Amino acid sequence: MTPLIDALIAVPCMALVILATRAFPFILFSHRDPPPVLRFVERFIPPMVMGVLVVYCLKDIQWTAWPSGIGELAALAAVTGLHLWKKNAMLSIFGGTAFFMVLRTFLA
Amino acid sequence: MNSRTGALRAAFPVTVPVLFGYIAIGIPFGLMLVKAGYPWWLAPVMSVLMYAGAGQYIAVGLFAANAPLSGIVLTTLMVNIRHIVYGLSLIDRFRDTGKWKPYLIFSLTDETYALLTGVKVPDTVKPASFYGSIALLDHAYWIAGSLIGALAGEYIPFSFAGIDFALTALFAVLLIDQLRRTKDLYPALLGMACATVALVLIGPQQMLLAALASALAILVLTRGRQK
Repeated sequence: MTPLIDALIAVPCMALVILATRAFPFILFSHRDPPPVLRFVERFIPPMVMGVLVVYCLKDIQWTAWPSGIGELAALAAVTGLHLWKKNAMLSIFGGTAFFMVLRTFLA
Repeated sequence: MNSRTGALRAAFPVTVPVLFGYIAIGIPFGLMLVKAGYPWWLAPVMSVLMYAGAGQYIAVGLFAANAPLSGIVLTTLMVNIRHIVYGLSLIDRFRDTGKWKPYLIFSLTDETYALLTGVKVPDTVKPASFYGSIALLDHAYWIAGSLIGALAGEYIPFSFAGIDFALTALFAVLLIDQLRRTKDLYPALLGMACATVALVLIGPQQMLLAALASALAILVLTRGRQK
C-alpha cells in the first residue's frame, strides 16, 4: 500500500493531470479559431459520445455466463420504449432503473 | 427569487438521475478507499480535487498496489484523455459563460457533459448559470456519495448495486432526445459500433479512449466537409 504521505502527493498530481485533459482544447483554441473541420464535426460529437457511453455502460456484462446481460438489455429496451412513448425523461430513467432492479433479483 | 436559486431550481430536476447514480457509485469508492487503509477524509478530498469516477477507482487500485508516482500519473492521463474529445465540442458553448467557465471546464465529467449537451436551457435562466448549476450539483452528489461511503459504507445494510443503472438510462434517454432533434442516426450508430469493436478487440478496461478516438477520426473523414 502507498503510504498516506505519498498518496497525499499523488492526489494533487492526478488532479492536475485530469484538469489538463479537460482544459487542453480550451487552452489550445483560446487565441485562435478552431479549424473548419472541427466546426463541421463538433455538432456530431455529442450523439457520437452518447452512443459510446451507452455501450461503455454495458462493458462489464458477462455475456457467456447466465444471465448474459438479459437484465441490462431488457431494461434498456424498456427505457427506450418508455421514452419513445411518453417522452418523459424522469419516467423513462427511473421506470427503467426500477425494472432493472426487479429483474436483477429474479435473474440472480 | 434571485437568479442563482432560480438556476439551481431549473437545474435540479435534470440532475436527479445523476444524484442517484453518483451516490450509488460514490459510496463503493469511499468504502474501498477506507478498506485499503486510508483515512475517511481522503475520499472527499479526492472527490473535490480530482472529480473523476473511473480515475478515482483506478487510483485506489494503484495505491493498494503501491504503484510509483510516474505510473499513477501516466495511468491517470490515459484514463482521462477522453475529456479532450468532450472539450472540442464545447468550445462554442462555453464561450460566453464568463466567470463559470473555469469551473465548467474543471468539472467536466461524462455525466455532466451528457447533460450540458443534451438538455435544453430553459428560457427563464441564463445558459451560463444553468450549466454551472448542473456542474455544481453533480459535483456535490459525487462528494456526498464518496463521503457517505467512507464514513458509513460498512454500516449500510443493503447493496446499491443496480441503482447505477440510472446513469445508463440517462445516457440512453439523452441519446434518444438528441436523435429526435437531429433526425440523424449516423453519429450515434458510429459511436456504438466503434465502442462495440473496441470492447471486443481490447476489452473493458481500455475501450473508451480507442472507441472515442476512432469514432472521432471516422467522423472527421466522413463528415468533415459537409455542411
